[in-house]
Amino acid sequence: MEHTNITSARQLSRADIEMVLDRARAIADDPSAYADRHPDALLGLLFFEPSTRTKMSFSAAIKRLGGDIVDMGPVDSSSVKKGESLADTVRVIEGYADALVLRHPSEGSAGMASEFVDVPLINGGDGAGQHPTQTLLDLFTIRESAGLDDITIGIMGDLKYGRTVHSLAHALTNFDVRQQFISPESLRLPRKVRYDLHARGTDVREHTDLDEVLDVLDVLYVTRIQKERFPDETEYREVAGEYQIDADTLAAASDDLAVLHPLPRVDEIAYDVDDTDYAHYFEQAHNGVPVRMALLDALLGGEQ
Amino acid sequence: MTGPDSGPDHEMRVSKIENGTVIDHITGGQALNVLAILGIDGTGGDVVSVGINVPSDRLGRKDVVKVEGRELSQPELDVLSLIAPAATINIIRGYEVADKQRVESPGHVSGVLGCPNPNCITTEDEPVDSRFEVLEDGLRCVYCDTIIREDIAEHIRV
Repeated sequence: MEHTNITSARQLSRADIEMVLDRARAIADDPSAYADRHPDALLGLLFFEPSTRTKMSFSAAIKRLGGDIVDMGPVDSSSVKKGESLADTVRVIEGYADALVLRHPSEGSAGMASEFVDVPLINGGDGAGQHPTQTLLDLFTIRESAGLDDITIGIMGDLKYGRTVHSLAHALTNFDVRQQFISPESLRLPRKVRYDLHARGTDVREHTDLDEVLDVLDVLYVTRIQKERFPDETEYREVAGEYQIDADTLAAASDDLAVLHPLPRVDEIAYDVDDTDYAHYFEQAHNGVPVRMALLDALLGGEQ
Repeated sequence: MTGPDSGPDHEMRVSKIENGTVIDHITGGQALNVLAILGIDGTGGDVVSVGINVPSDRLGRKDVVKVEGRELSQPELDVLSLIAPAATINIIRGYEVADKQRVESPGHVSGVLGCPNPNCITTEDEPVDSRFEVLEDGLRCVYCDTIIREDIAEHIRV
């Protein structure tokens, strides 16, 4: 992989993606072979927003490669509280670590931060922008469950603000994947994502109702509709209720449908789906470790 | 008559300047935005003449701006190209046209436009200028990917 920073799924080619997924598969098959790959590596964690999965799976990934973390900790107890700029913060912390993972509430923060450091910088989520490492583990899960060519995927929920959606939709343009977008009118894909999909020759097919496409889907990627995106709670409840699925909803789906979700879920997927063969979202979350191990290994200079 | 004001589509409406810049063939109605790009609001004491909706063979109607004692920088020319793609720039020294050029659309523009996305990192107190990729039909923030298509002049930050 040529990149030293992973700030957006827009920069990932099909070859980049397949290299990471292949390496992740090799790691998952034989984790002990990678246990001492990077014994002195320190990964700097800069999380300006709460995170469970991304932060813990990056921590697990570097430790399983033999390295360790240095963690800025919560913003409240850091120098950010004193008014330090992000540019200064990353310039200081790059001196403590061999690579950085940044999560920040502002869009474009990772791209900007990467201009100020020489160590690899990974975007762990920038506002309503991008979340490229989530995309890599999403793609890994899709490849394992349905394959990545000649499939139809439905992407449902908050497509406007959902950064995992923006990254995934772009990355999927590298493959022969038909994308169907299902959302309320007010949460449709933003212009910037639409622009890229058109530029890459992908049809943007939009629906407000899952029933219109459910039976043709190989993969259904569900995202959470956030309460704070609506002016009042009543409107939120009305809209969100239409984008919840349960085992009954899925009766109309293909038997081979794989349901994914970046998690956390609130009530978009009922618990009764968990025990069906459709459910792949916990496996998807677990895939975060080998996929992030593979990415870190590539960025830290490990030969396959 | 010689100099930037000569030509068949044009009458002499304001006097010649000794040194400075004449921006001709500005898209009709954009002259005040051009002044905004240049940071000219009259308080700095610059001597400025403006012609708005002057009849033009080439453009139908055009605007003309003359600024005395001032030559334009490259970033200023870059942004000018976005709102006045047909503009010609005449640099005047000693009442003569010392240099004449068309504006060219740059690959990127930095610093002069503000990103309209309030959640973009460039709107915060960070040591970076805004930067936009110039698309065929608009601009795209290189940091947050936000696309501006309409009303580019509204995002000029001076």
